[in-house]
Amino acid sequence: MSVPKVEEKLFQNRYVIDAGHPHIRIVDPARCRSGCRQPCLVCCPAGCYTLDAGEVVLITDGCLECGTCRVVCLARNLEWKYPRGGYGIQFKFG
Amino acid sequence: MSESFDAIVVGAGPAGNAAAYTLAQAGLAVLQIERGEAPGAKNVQGAILYADALERLIPDFREEAPLERHIIEQRMWVMDDESHIGTHFRSNDFSRPPHNRYTIIRAKFDKWFSKKVQEAGALVICETTVTGLLRDGAGKVIGVQTDRGDGAVYAEVVVIADGVNSLLARKAGFRAELAPKDVALAVKEIHFMPKEAVESRFNIRAGQGVVIEMMGKITQGMMGTGFLYTNTDSISIGVGVMLSDLMAQRLTPWELLEQTKAHPSVQPLLEGGEMKEYAAHLIPEGGFHAIPRVFGDGWVIAGDSGMFVNAVHREGSNLAMTTGRMAAETIIDLARAGLPMTAEHLAAYRRRLDDCFVIKDMKKYKDLPDIFHANNQFFTTYPELVNGAARTMLTVDGVDKRSKEKEIFACFRERRSLFGLLGDAFKLWRAFR
Repeated sequence: MSVPKVEEKLFQNRYVIDAGHPHIRIVDPARCRSGCRQPCLVCCPAGCYTLDAGEVVLITDGCLECGTCRVVCLARNLEWKYPRGGYGIQFKFG
Repeated sequence: MSESFDAIVVGAGPAGNAAAYTLAQAGLAVLQIERGEAPGAKNVQGAILYADALERLIPDFREEAPLERHIIEQRMWVMDDESHIGTHFRSNDFSRPPHNRYTIIRAKFDKWFSKKVQEAGALVICETTVTGLLRDGAGKVIGVQTDRGDGAVYAEVVVIADGVNSLLARKAGFRAELAPKDVALAVKEIHFMPKEAVESRFNIRAGQGVVIEMMGKITQGMMGTGFLYTNTDSISIGVGVMLSDLMAQRLTPWELLEQTKAHPSVQPLLEGGEMKEYAAHLIPEGGFHAIPRVFGDGWVIAGDSGMFVNAVHREGSNLAMTTGRMAAETIIDLARAGLPMTAEHLAAYRRRLDDCFVIKDMKKYKDLPDIFHANNQFFTTYPELVNGAARTMLTVDGVDKRSKEKEIFACFRERRSLFGLLGDAFKLWRAFR
């Protein structure tokens, strides 16, 4: 079975992107490198977390605002807020 | 905004809407704040609406609420990779009004509910994120800080209904961070197709609907369930697993959803549909032991924010509406008696919850989450065994039935041992009784 990329799913969704104001931030990237099993890479349902040359990279544009990454980041290495009012995912059906 | 209100409600989901509606109906000055573009824009659910909780708020809701289909049939599927075995309950009783359960599309439904809240007299402000609670020197909550204008708004009491993540309650120290073992991630898609296709595939007439709950290999060994709900001209398909299990393996949530959709029992039901949205949401499934303190000086907490979900019966939105309503009723009683919104007086909210189905049901299943966490055979071994047993018995191949029975029993004993089987039966009996 060929699994479609998550981007193809996210493409169906409606977002109001708050350019330049990501609502989630990795506090200390060094802590992601050392000894963390990086559950964010597997658990984020929007695939916002990827690995680039050993570095965890976060792009919040496709974020579904579920909160999973914050809960599985047992190192508490995320600064996690909701987007400003009116921005982010706007579910058409929910 | 430097106005003052009797009550501020944070969030326009089922809990917030039930609270705001009840408060406004009683004539209190209510401000409700929602961060989405419109009410519902941030909300995700399967979604099943249980009529009872809403009926207690809006008795004639059926005449105007955007409902999809009323449920006449419930299927429970226990699955292995190739098969499912299970139960169907279908009754013509469920076809007679007033109907007991409906599928809904939350974005539509929440907009309607919010309209009722506004008609009742509440001021509803969207596109505004509440960033924190305002407290006086003694720690009493006296309002909220928002990301709009000068930001501060004041009230006698704040109803915290900002959802499962409840950043507000956590920031204020009213609730701990969610533990991965107490919360499930559900992902789902909505697939559109002509309503005739929905009706012929599920053997139903116009307005009637079917619910399928799935457990077993569908969650790939993780604690969780899958679901399929029929809407008017679409199907919602999803799967949810505990975060503690998800983070211990390598399959992504969307891969899990793809595998669910590709299961040979599911795939034909979705064929030809057009996927129009992919959503994800956390479900607080920690049960009774995970419920935080639900009131304090100047605040109460309702719905998912308070971890009010009965995972066993897939009930959440009805608990949200009920807790929202009871929080509001408590506030109304105090306001009418001229009593201050202190922890001492708001404690009546918790007593109300204790006396109704909300806490009674959650208490009944209080040990179930721990049992399933510690015994993943219920999600892997047993579904394979029962499907294997059915396959053995129903395959006609010249082997006599007594030999088949022996083979099946040997399989069970080999996989779980005699003590294992008895122990599992006992664990389930104790957890469900």
